Amino acid sequence: MFRRAQPALAIGAVGLALSLAACGSGSGTGSAGGSSSGGKVKVGLITKTDTNPYFVKMKQGAEQAATSANAELSTAAGKFDGDNAGQITALENMVASGVKGVLITPNDSKAIVPAIAKARAKGVLVIALDTPPEPQSSVDALFATDNVKAGELIGAYAKAAMGGKPVKIATMDLAPGVSVGVQRHDGFVKGFGIDAADPSIVCSQDTGGDQAKGQTAMETCLQKAPDINLVYAINEPAALGAYTAVKAKGRENDVMIVAIDGGCTGVRAVKDGKIAATSQQYPLKMAADGVKAIAEYAKTGKKAAGYTDTGVQLITDEPQSGAESEDTGFGLENCWG
Amino acid sequence: MTTSTPLAVRADGPAALRRLLTSPAAGPLAALVLASVFFSTATDQFLSGGNFSLILQQVMVVGILAIGQTLIILTAGIDLSCGAVMAFGGILIAKLAVSGPLPPLLAIALGILACAGFGLLNGVLVRVVPLPPFIVTLGMLNVAFALTHIYSEEQTVTDLPGPLTVLGRTFPLGRTDVTYGSLVTIALFLGFAYALSSTAWGRHLYALGNSAESARLSGIRVSRLTVGVYTIAGLVYGIAALLLVSRTGVGDPQAGQTDNLDSITAVVLGGTSLFGGRGTVLGTLVGVLIVGVFRNGLQLMGVSSVYQTLVTGVLVILAVTVDQLSRKGNR
Repeated sequence: MFRRAQPALAIGAVGLALSLAACGSGSGTGSAGGSSSGGKVKVGLITKTDTNPYFVKMKQGAEQAATSANAELSTAAGKFDGDNAGQITALENMVASGVKGVLITPNDSKAIVPAIAKARAKGVLVIALDTPPEPQSSVDALFATDNVKAGELIGAYAKAAMGGKPVKIATMDLAPGVSVGVQRHDGFVKGFGIDAADPSIVCSQDTGGDQAKGQTAMETCLQKAPDINLVYAINEPAALGAYTAVKAKGRENDVMIVAIDGGCTGVRAVKDGKIAATSQQYPLKMAADGVKAIAEYAKTGKKAAGYTDTGVQLITDEPQSGAESEDTGFGLENCWG
Repeated sequence: MTTSTPLAVRADGPAALRRLLTSPAAGPLAALVLASVFFSTATDQFLSGGNFSLILQQVMVVGILAIGQTLIILTAGIDLSCGAVMAFGGILIAKLAVSGPLPPLLAIALGILACAGFGLLNGVLVRVVPLPPFIVTLGMLNVAFALTHIYSEEQTVTDLPGPLTVLGRTFPLGRTDVTYGSLVTIALFLGFAYALSSTAWGRHLYALGNSAESARLSGIRVSRLTVGVYTIAGLVYGIAALLLVSRTGVGDPQAGQTDNLDSITAVVLGGTSLFGGRGTVLGTLVGVLIVGVFRNGLQLMGVSSVYQTLVTGVLVILAVTVDQLSRKGNR
């Protein structure tokens, strides 16, 4: 007898699902229902994932800018860091929905390029945020942090803070072949005034930017070289993982940790003295500038082009001469997450 | 022996209608139609040939994986390795063709055969050793994932030769552009629907899923059948790998990481029972289209993608509820 009830149950299921969907269109987006958008410029934002606070902040920036530019924002994300197929699908659906432009943070710099080319061929302005595609010319414009500079700032800071003491450096890196990680690492090395093969770099480990993996990586490094006294971390989660490992050895007062990103948790860690300094980047600004550029394109037909540096700022409560910085008060006002 | 009637195309008139209504795919089909009607009224762009073609392109890779997954679930098994095996096949095809360099067709053949090899290995471990399918394919997921990353050296393979991307290209059908890959997808679904509903192999598969022991006692060569099903599933994943490479235009070592769960989602949404012996491959097509239609429709409405995940989750739980209730009803 229950078999006959199946279609009815299914209909109930769809009804419920659709009402959930209707709730969704009411919140978080500019207007409810595509058909009632009436003349508003449609803008798409595709981030790497939905869950990382960095991209949550990026979405916020896009929403604010969309409201003030009277644009309709639609957002999507990959399911996991590295999900290229999900981003392609989202991009296609946005183009089908008639967006004027799309802001995208590529999960895979190379693999997204053919899909971007298809979107641009249909007259859609495509701007990369945060991460450049390869080649960079495959998008109209790039709004991003200068990651080399972000590395240089903390490299120079660490150099000044160490004041000529002999250093043993551990680097908590991202992952092989990911440009952001490579650029930050190289920037740090350059800012510190050494070359990449310098013997003072005694341990380099990949962390994926993850706190637990950062802890494991640092534990391994301390095993290998117990006298490490300077840690460079790709981001603050990796830095905090490293801090946990350092603290477990009772060495939190004689190991300096520097990081990059400027997330709120990270800045608070700087305030608490767990991290000495961090380079803060501005995802909200990237997205806001991106939405403005698309609104401008819709109005005047003028396309944004080339690279726009969205800025990076050294944040520390123990400033060093020769390394210009802001304190954690400033950092907390401008942090994300 | 089977409690359900597979959705058969050959039946006529009212009988066919009754069969459709009582098939496990009836509920999902109603859900698909309703969702489509909703999105047609909610957005201007949903109801168009171009958009339907787009949805088909977007679901074809998971759809083909879900065919293999359906076969395995019908035997009361499960395959967690399908996405990883496909990713390996895709990287193999792309890399052999680009830096091998082998003739593209040979690279494609080797890639598909490698996937079939993974399937064969799964089947042997499941039936001959024997080990639980969940564990075997969980292990194989890791093996295939690791081999993909080792072989690719974490690098995306670009600049693919033409023959590798043919299935991603379009041809005009009326006023709509359809990809060749979509045709392959539909052909595979129809082919397996026929094989399941109208051949001895199909009947044996349902029998095996209902009870391996009674299947064995009624003279079905259970071991050969099981190993065969896993191998065929692997072969099908290889075809999915080719479609993936064609659609994205690259060989991507990160591909397919959630596709194992997505394929199981499609199978469940399509009314196939996770306990084996009950379900259809056309139901799976409906299931995969439900996911595709929701994703596309919600995006056209400008709704954030987390809501698509939410809706999918609710639908899956309801689909399993329906399966359980209908089982109770049959007892």
